[in-house]
Amino acid sequence: MADVTLRKVVKKYDDVEAVRGIDLDIADHEFVVLVGPSGCGKSTTLRMIAGLEDITGGDIMIGGDVVNDVPPKDRDIAMVFQNYALYPHMTVAENMSFGLRLKRYPKAEIKTRIDEAARMLDIVELVDRKPKQLSGGQRQRVAMGRAIVRNPKVFLFDEPLSNLDAKLRVQMRIEIKKVHQKVRTTTVYVTHDQVEAMTLADRVVVMNHGRIEQIGTPNELYHKPATKFVASFIGSPAMNFIPCRLEESGGKLHVRITDRIAFPLPPARAARYQGASRTDKLLLGLRPEHITEAKAHPEPGVESFDAVLDVTEPMGMETLIYFALEGAQICGRVNPNAGARDGAPLRLAVDLNNMHLLNEGTGAVI
Amino acid sequence: MSTVTIDKAAPTRNVKYGSMSRDRTWALRWSYFFLTLFAIFSLLPPIYMLITSLKTSAEISAATNPWWVFHPTLDNYIGLLTSNQFLRFFWNSALVSIFVVTITMLISVPAAFALARMRFWGSTTLATGVFLTYLIPDTLLFIPLFKVFALFGEWTGIQLINRWYVLLLIYPTLTVPFCTWIMIGYFASIPKELDEAAIIDGASWFQTLTRIFIPVALPGLIAATIFAFTVSWAQFLYPLVFTTSTDQLVLPVGIITTLIKGDVFNWGQIMTGALLGAAPPLIIYAFLMDYYIAGLTAGATKG
Repeated sequence: MADVTLRKVVKKYDDVEAVRGIDLDIADHEFVVLVGPSGCGKSTTLRMIAGLEDITGGDIMIGGDVVNDVPPKDRDIAMVFQNYALYPHMTVAENMSFGLRLKRYPKAEIKTRIDEAARMLDIVELVDRKPKQLSGGQRQRVAMGRAIVRNPKVFLFDEPLSNLDAKLRVQMRIEIKKVHQKVRTTTVYVTHDQVEAMTLADRVVVMNHGRIEQIGTPNELYHKPATKFVASFIGSPAMNFIPCRLEESGGKLHVRITDRIAFPLPPARAARYQGASRTDKLLLGLRPEHITEAKAHPEPGVESFDAVLDVTEPMGMETLIYFALEGAQICGRVNPNAGARDGAPLRLAVDLNNMHLLNEGTGAVI
Repeated sequence: MSTVTIDKAAPTRNVKYGSMSRDRTWALRWSYFFLTLFAIFSLLPPIYMLITSLKTSAEISAATNPWWVFHPTLDNYIGLLTSNQFLRFFWNSALVSIFVVTITMLISVPAAFALARMRFWGSTTLATGVFLTYLIPDTLLFIPLFKVFALFGEWTGIQLINRWYVLLLIYPTLTVPFCTWIMIGYFASIPKELDEAAIIDGASWFQTLTRIFIPVALPGLIAATIFAFTVSWAQFLYPLVFTTSTDQLVLPVGIITTLIKGDVFNWGQIMTGALLGAAPPLIIYAFLMDYYIAGLTAGATKG
């Protein structure tokens, strides 16, 4: 069993609380991604699991054993660093086998493991090279190989792809996923890139200011964010937030944006927001894909309005449009053939079946 | 929406092509000028020594052109290399230097590693303190040190003064602080992730030092070795004070005390001795310079 459990884990640097009481259960074989902006405590959390940082409070358990005071080498973990951290004076094979040699594994066993890992990572022909003769992507593969040959209980990745260029990053992302499918080792992966988090993770942990904002599968986070932070952090372009109020008119619940624009809520949403305050300042959360060009025969729950576009960004398969509404800059995604032009008016439709309603003051999703 | 128009009639700036390379040419000229000046300045004395070492005493004292050898002779070299005394000085110097380099490295490398990497209370202050000790000149220290060793001899009966090995205790006071400082700098330039990776791979602190840090910081280690060797080979004041018997002397002091007899200066042999004495550091430099290459850490991390 190689599950990882964090119980009320706290990390303080002098007076600064980097991690403020984190609870997290990571199941055996699970791929969990910690994601958040820089300084949110995700790397610190990972380093505490690795044992590279002492914990100020709480407990960390690996495979059911409390490892608070266990040195890194006895935690049976392997870590992949952002800058690879390969030993520059050793060949690829020596780099990968360093840990095994320290533990005095038999030579034949070491060779088998290196061969296996090298094949898995497609670096067989590189094993006799020095790190400086390798490209960035190859170095990252070697760093992963070094982790794989140890066959540890847990893999820890600390922003492993952020030093690679965009194209290579996508490729290595797939590579990491493949490796995890093969070895099934419990993995904790830290990144600030929400795309990486969404694509790799079984479950994503969104962190902010040393706390966990939400834990969930990528789909849960995307479709059911718990807070404004999660809603804005996950998804690109980010979710739009439009200041609004709830009001009752004609026996139906409406969300009023401006004096002129108010949308009636679809029945399911109306039922959900029935108990919400009518006076609080609220935010209407809409993802760009739910603001599109108006169709002739709209589906139920889809309402239309007119807007004058500021800027359009043709992306090929879609066009991103930007316009102002109640002081907020709103982004929508329309069909490239919808006739969106800079400075031109366009009739738009919002899909209220996928709307979110947030409390502006607390940032909580209602 | 405004449109940007490009005014084709706008005046264009006159571009001076080649101004960069003109600057570079002048910079090169000046640097070669000063390099030549410096080369002449620093090479003239050894050349003069070489010329003098090939002359007989008679020719040296004769009023001939001092920059030319009219009757070259190897007598000075033969005389010194067959003299047991000179070989003894040479042997003492070699012994002292090799021991001092070893002692220095054994102390300063682990010390630098501890100061650079193991974060402990007061480690930064201690690192600065190590360097400050290097700033105390030996002219200030030799009298108190002499007193200390004399007292030590009185109390314990172990005679240290006028023994060549007393230098093994003294020289490290010069070499250890500086070498530690050099090594702290080199170790600090090694990315933190490298030792973290080693620790996670299961290496102890000692294994991290011997199997990762020392190989990676080899250029720094060589620089420190060269420094320690040069300091102990060329040290003059301490051996002059602490050793007096001819069989305990090291080369620089030996040449001065035995080849100058009263007011008689045996210039030919003095120059020969000095040249021969300068040879080992030169040879060591020549050998180690090949390893003295930067960028050994290339490939450890990005960029």
